[in-house]
Formats: sequence, structure tokens, C-alpha cells
Amino acid sequence: MIDFSLLPDGGISWLDGSGPVSHIVLSTRTRLARNLRDCVFSIRTTERDRRQILDSVLKVSLEVPQLSSGASYEIDNLDQLDRQILHERHLVSKELAVLESMDRPPRHGALITNGDVGVMVNEEDHLRLQVLKSGFDLSRAYAEIERLDTDMGRRLAFAFHPQFGYLTSCPTNAGTGLRASVLVHLPGLVLTKEIAKVLQGLSQVGLTFRGLYGEGSEVVGNFFQLSNQTTLGKSEEELLDQLGKIVQQVVEYEEEARRILQRDAPIVMADKVWRAYGLLRYARSLSFDETMNLLSGVRLGVGLSLIEGVSIYTLNKLLIFTQPGHLVLAEGRELADGDLSYVRADYVRAALEVDAA
Amino acid sequence: MDCENCHQRLAQIHLTQIVNDSVNTLHLCEECAAEKGVQTGAGVVKFPLGDFIASMGKGAASALPADADVGHCESCESTLQDFREAGRLGCPACYESFSNQLKDLLRKLHGSNQHVGEIYRFDSDEPGNGDQIIELRKQLQRAIEAENFELAAELRDRIRVME
Repeated sequence: MIDFSLLPDGGISWLDGSGPVSHIVLSTRTRLARNLRDCVFSIRTTERDRRQILDSVLKVSLEVPQLSSGASYEIDNLDQLDRQILHERHLVSKELAVLESMDRPPRHGALITNGDVGVMVNEEDHLRLQVLKSGFDLSRAYAEIERLDTDMGRRLAFAFHPQFGYLTSCPTNAGTGLRASVLVHLPGLVLTKEIAKVLQGLSQVGLTFRGLYGEGSEVVGNFFQLSNQTTLGKSEEELLDQLGKIVQQVVEYEEEARRILQRDAPIVMADKVWRAYGLLRYARSLSFDETMNLLSGVRLGVGLSLIEGVSIYTLNKLLIFTQPGHLVLAEGRELADGDLSYVRADYVRAALEVDAA
Repeated sequence: MDCENCHQRLAQIHLTQIVNDSVNTLHLCEECAAEKGVQTGAGVVKFPLGDFIASMGKGAASALPADADVGHCESCESTLQDFREAGRLGCPACYESFSNQLKDLLRKLHGSNQHVGEIYRFDSDEPGNGDQIIELRKQLQRAIEAENFELAAELRDRIRVME
């Protein structure tokens, strides 16, 4: 079993609700895709290549201040549940999490992590640097990843081309290799049916949206991950600036939508958020999707100051801790699908009782 | 509003053209717009990688002599066929090996095929003129944005010489 005590905060300080605009923005993430100049891309690596890549990154990580006191996890050595938990905490991608521990030859995928800074190794690219911050905080999320990139790039020779920039295994990431994303909660825009317009507008300015778990994941609980779609032809600053401005605008639209809902349908709104709270507080069986939607309702209620005594931190934590892997970890036993719903309801009730007390 | 061309389908593309100081607005359906070669936002939004990769092998193969080894990276031996199937390149050198095809693909994906972000150089490497070219290209882009075409032409010539 993975030793999460090695992670000072369990790797989830980004959930604490302390960052800017945290009533609407959960978290900000930056990631940089990097590859070693003198090695074939992941898809063509041999086991020996992967072992060498991992060894050289591990060695360098001990010299880099942001990672030197961190922990490293080799995915091959983790069981299914551990990998699922790292994925549920947004620390490793699905690509790494689904690797079989019994894979032969070994994949040598790894996560090196220290608080909100981390590196995935032997993923789609040799290195994926990532930084996660609480709330809406692109500037800090980028400043930290830039520092990490500089420190790593001094010790490892990255693949770089004067015309194409940083070279990545998939051309969709070439150039800056930068993907910045902001996880926003937009129930107001969904309820006022303005969301389609907003999402359509994103694609016209080179941005895209995804669900809670990145590429290919569905939108649940009105959580949207807004990010830059293109990585080449604009500087890092331009990409961040554009995303930042659009997110700022989306946040303003969301606030406006909430004001309109409150003004025109206060009783409907109050009823909606209190029903969500009531169900979470007293239900005995909750599916994952239902939980996400109800948490969205309560979160809206807290944002509108209709519900008091529930912290954003608790709501954020419930997003993570009500997922299957975390429930199995908390229970310490395998859970059948039906049992998961019961255990989830118990967990949510207990967490909300603590806040209400 | 009906399409001004076929008068059957709904006009979804509204194209404003300025020709000799006169403004002319066309209202077309998607099909007629495509026939007339109008580049629509809808086309840009669609993810072109799949289509492009699907067409790339055929297109490149027919454009080059049959015996030319078109889709073959000297460094890792990946072929365009491999790229088409996996959607992943084999190694950093593939960007050079397939640079003609990739330039088109990158422009479709990103709207540009010129990196203008941070310049990287591994510490032990000698500075090359690659860095200068990047800097000149950045200036060129700014000149074009500022509609300073005289400067742009000069910069373009300097880049050509260096390349």
C-alpha cells in the first residue's frame, strides 16, 4: 500500500479553497510536456530506454530544489487501488494510472511529487511537469512550473527545435508544450442555459473545455476545465494572458447569472440548494454522478450565502473522497457496486455533520 | 434567413466582403459556403488531426515518386504510416524527417507552425543562429501585426539569408 504520509498534504493542498475566486474556481493547473533530446519518444522506447529515462530524471530530481524533498512512486510497484487513488487526486494521468502493474516488460512510469509540484515520467512524453494551485492563480502556477522547467532543463537536454519549439510525441502539444487549465464551477450559466454560448465562444479563441478529469472525461456537477487548445505560435505569456482574460470573463458571467437567478427566482433557487443539501445530509445511498450534482447544488447555495456552516474546503474534499478508490481506501476492503453507494452516503453524511456541528 | 445561393437551406455563414470600398454581405448555408471555398469558423473548430493524418499518407505518397522513401525517419525508422496509425511521432528527429508534412499539420492544429515562446538551449551547447532566427521571426510577427510592412519585408529577407 502506498504511503501517503510521504505527501505532506496528501497531494491535495489545491483543494483547500484558499486561493483567489475560490467560490467559483476550484483550482489552476499548468503542465509542460518535455522530452529528452537523445532518446526516442515513449511510443518507441524499449524497457531499457525507459529505465534510463526514469533513472536520470530521479537523479536530477534530487538536485532540483522544488522536488528534492519530495516523494517518488514507481507505478509498476503500485497496486491497482494506489494508482486509482493517485489518479483520483489528479496527481497522475489516466494514461499512467491504467498501466497494469504486471506489465511485462515494465513501463517504468513514475510520479515524483512534492506538494503541488510534480513530474510524471514515461507518460505520453518523457516528462510531464505539473503544478496545481488552489483557486484562480495562473501567475503562480506558471511561475513555479517555469522555475522547475529551468532547473530540470539545465540538467537534462530537452528536445527543442528552432521552428517547432519543444518537441512532443503528439504534434498537438509541440511548441511551448504548455497546457494551462482552470477548473471552474458554473451552475449559474448551466441553469440560465447560457453555458452553450460560453463554451462555443471558447473554441473561437483557441480555448477548449473538458470535464473534471481532463481529456475525454465527461462534465459532471457543472465543473468545467477550461484550457488552451493550441500550444504553438503564441508565447507562454500570450497563452496564459488569453486564458486568464477569458476565465475572468466567464467568472463574471457566472456571477451575473447567479444574480439574475437570485433576483428572478429566489424561492426556486433556495428550494434547489436546500434540497441538494437535504439529500446529501440524509440519503442512505448515493451514486457518484448524483453526489457530484448535489455537491454542485450545495456549493451554489454556499456561494449565494443561502447555506451557511458548510465550508468550500469540505465540498472540495468530498469531490475527491467520494470517488470509488478513496471509499475503498477509507473502508479498508473491496466494495461491490451497490455497497459503494451506501458507503458513499455514509461518508458524505459524516463529513457534513462535522461541518454542521 | 435562406441561403442566397441555393435558397433552400438556412443561411448560417454571414460573410462580409470589402471590395473597392464597397461592403457586401453574403448569407450562405454551410454547404454553399464550402463550395465557394469560404473558410468558416466551424471548419477550424473541428479537430483536424484525424482527417489530416488519414489524408497525409496518401497525399504525400502520390506527390512524390513511387520509389522515394517518403515516410521514413532516418533516426528511429518510424514511417508516416506509423504516425497515421498511432497519432504519435517516433522521436525528436521525426520533426525534421517529416517537416514538410508537419508544417501543414501544425498550421491546421495551432494556426501557426512557428514557435514564438521561450527559447531553450542546453547549457553545454554553443549558441547557434537558430536563436537569432527565432528572435527575428518574433520581430517579423510584431511588424506584421503593427502593419509595418516595410520592416517586415526587411526582416523576412534577413531570415532567408540566415536560413
